[in-house]
Amino acid sequence: MRSGPDERGRFGIFGGRFVAETLMPLVLDLDQAYKDAKNDPSFHDEMEALQRDYVGRESPLYYAERLTEHFREQAKEKGGDGGAKIFFKREELNHTGSHKINNCLGQILLAMRMGKKRIIAETGAGQHGVATATVCARFGLPCVVYMGATDIERQKPNVFRMRLLGAEVVPVTSGTGTLKDAMNEALRDWVTNVDSTYYLIGTVAGPHPYPAMVRDFQAIIGEETRRQMMEREGRLPDSVVACIGGGSNAMGLFHPFLDDESVQIFGVEAAGHGIETGEHCASLKGGSPGVLHGNRTYLLQDDDGQIRDGYSISAGLDYPGIGPEHSWLHETGRATYVSATDQEALEAFQLCSRKEGIIPALEPSHALAYVARVAPDLPRDHLMVVNLSGRGDKDIFSVAEHLGVKL
Amino acid sequence: MTRLEKRFDDLKTQGRAAFVTFITAGDPNLEDSLAILKGLPEAGADVIELGMPFTDPMADGPAIQHSSQRALAAGQTMLKTLDMVRRFREGDDATPIVLMGYYNPIYHMGVEKFLDAATAAGVDGLIVVDLPPEEDDELCVPAMKAGLNFIRLATPTTDDKRLPAVLANTSGFVYYVSITGITGSASPQARNVAASVQRIKGHTKLPVAVGFGIKTPEQAAEIARDADGAVVGSAIVETVKAELGEDGKLKDGGVARILDFVRGLADGVHGARAQAAE
Repeated sequence: MRSGPDERGRFGIFGGRFVAETLMPLVLDLDQAYKDAKNDPSFHDEMEALQRDYVGRESPLYYAERLTEHFREQAKEKGGDGGAKIFFKREELNHTGSHKINNCLGQILLAMRMGKKRIIAETGAGQHGVATATVCARFGLPCVVYMGATDIERQKPNVFRMRLLGAEVVPVTSGTGTLKDAMNEALRDWVTNVDSTYYLIGTVAGPHPYPAMVRDFQAIIGEETRRQMMEREGRLPDSVVACIGGGSNAMGLFHPFLDDESVQIFGVEAAGHGIETGEHCASLKGGSPGVLHGNRTYLLQDDDGQIRDGYSISAGLDYPGIGPEHSWLHETGRATYVSATDQEALEAFQLCSRKEGIIPALEPSHALAYVARVAPDLPRDHLMVVNLSGRGDKDIFSVAEHLGVKL
Repeated sequence: MTRLEKRFDDLKTQGRAAFVTFITAGDPNLEDSLAILKGLPEAGADVIELGMPFTDPMADGPAIQHSSQRALAAGQTMLKTLDMVRRFREGDDATPIVLMGYYNPIYHMGVEKFLDAATAAGVDGLIVVDLPPEEDDELCVPAMKAGLNFIRLATPTTDDKRLPAVLANTSGFVYYVSITGITGSASPQARNVAASVQRIKGHTKLPVAVGFGIKTPEQAAEIARDADGAVVGSAIVETVKAELGEDGKLKDGGVARILDFVRGLADGVHGARAQAAE
């Protein structure tokens, strides 16, 4: 299961290189540059040093004891004696507060190897924008971040952080002013400045090699988890859970476990107000295969193949597509994709804050919501890892608003 | 021989370049858009590119993005676009129509179903921006089998090593994108364009049309001196926007004024070589 994609960048029928001719030569260059870097020990050495000293890896695998107890209490109330043992993969402890930095470090080193002088990126929640602005500051490259005007409004702290880091944040008003439009605008910039510019995509989507490359840079999450769980419990986890917008934190956690049949894999999409309302961004549960942003994958679209807007309380999940490898894992049945609503995520957000003293981002709160749904009914020896992909500081304003609290 | 091939052949005999016009189907609404479409040949269009609106036109600038949004807001669909071609064909069996757009609406409809409907409606060729030669088996090869021309974009980043792959399954004409950028942006430098057209012609016998950034009759004329065709899109679409009334329909006389603008560009293209010879 871990050998994909093929030479054409396909995972089954998903993936590929659906881009304008102007970008095609560059995408092929990138593919070659990435292959070269992968085979160059000095690239890996440099990555490793930065991951350790700059990002603060490895991130801990933490036993969430009080949350586990909480689920066991719930089980008892229902007359059971179960309650899975819950672990957090603490990606929120990384520098910049999320898993996004893992990918940004890899790609900026690659951009410099390719001689690129300018970095562009898209961002939704702003986590990828902040991580990109951070590595650009660290390596002294100019950085332009495209961000939907709607998202700028709901993620003000991250916008300010990006500007502090020296990045130019460009509001995108075309379309609906969210992540997909920011991605369109970044692609337009790239087409225009193809010689000088490197497009640092933040998720496991886009034309090949992006989905595979971003996954590889994020796979450190799953590799560490695997080793840490072996050290701690002497065996592999029984299940791993992660939230999915584009799906990079999930792909990073899942990939090293794909060939371990005993490990169940759960991806949690954002159901917004509920799949049945149409206001969600669950591409797998509520979409169909299509072609957008350089790859074939599941998309939210109408009867005429026009892209529909996603909706979620979490700006980071608000994307109408999903990484192509997830579409493939969905169709092959290797991973199971479920969803959690805004309301469920908000409840999990508060539960985690109170039980563990960790304020999670709204994105992984969706994963926690699924955990809360199933953990009480699982046996006590079930080892469950949830990827705590980001911290919630950025979300306190929108959470307060949803809870009716005035700050 | 397709209508497209015949048209370029005829123009070559006449010793002039083709004027290729782009409008978005259904912009600003079906009725007005059909009226513009039907008037284009008389206004001097030799080849018509009809845009299939898409929510996420990644390679297009604001002018064409907005025209797509206007069309979609007015309820344009793929079936309505194909029906526009069918109705156009009732009165014009000579002017080639090339559908231009992005792959997803076609993929969603189903390639086979789309090709059947397009050929039945009288479509002559396809330009699909996000299908490079690497993805030829998706639509290009089936389209050619269905008797449609598949027109490929070549760009300044398409080097001599890559050109043969880009040209391999191209037919009808080659669309040279004169700048690295989105539609409707900076205007091309005539000198660079001439050299690029020559470079492409070194690899193919197909006619080479040039587009992206042509806004005035003078620019169109300059391009038409060296290329086999000049493509104008954003500038025409902008005049549609300028003629919009408050109800989202064209103002009285709007269609005629849009076609007058097209006629001005056509005169530029058609007079280009005569002018140059003087």
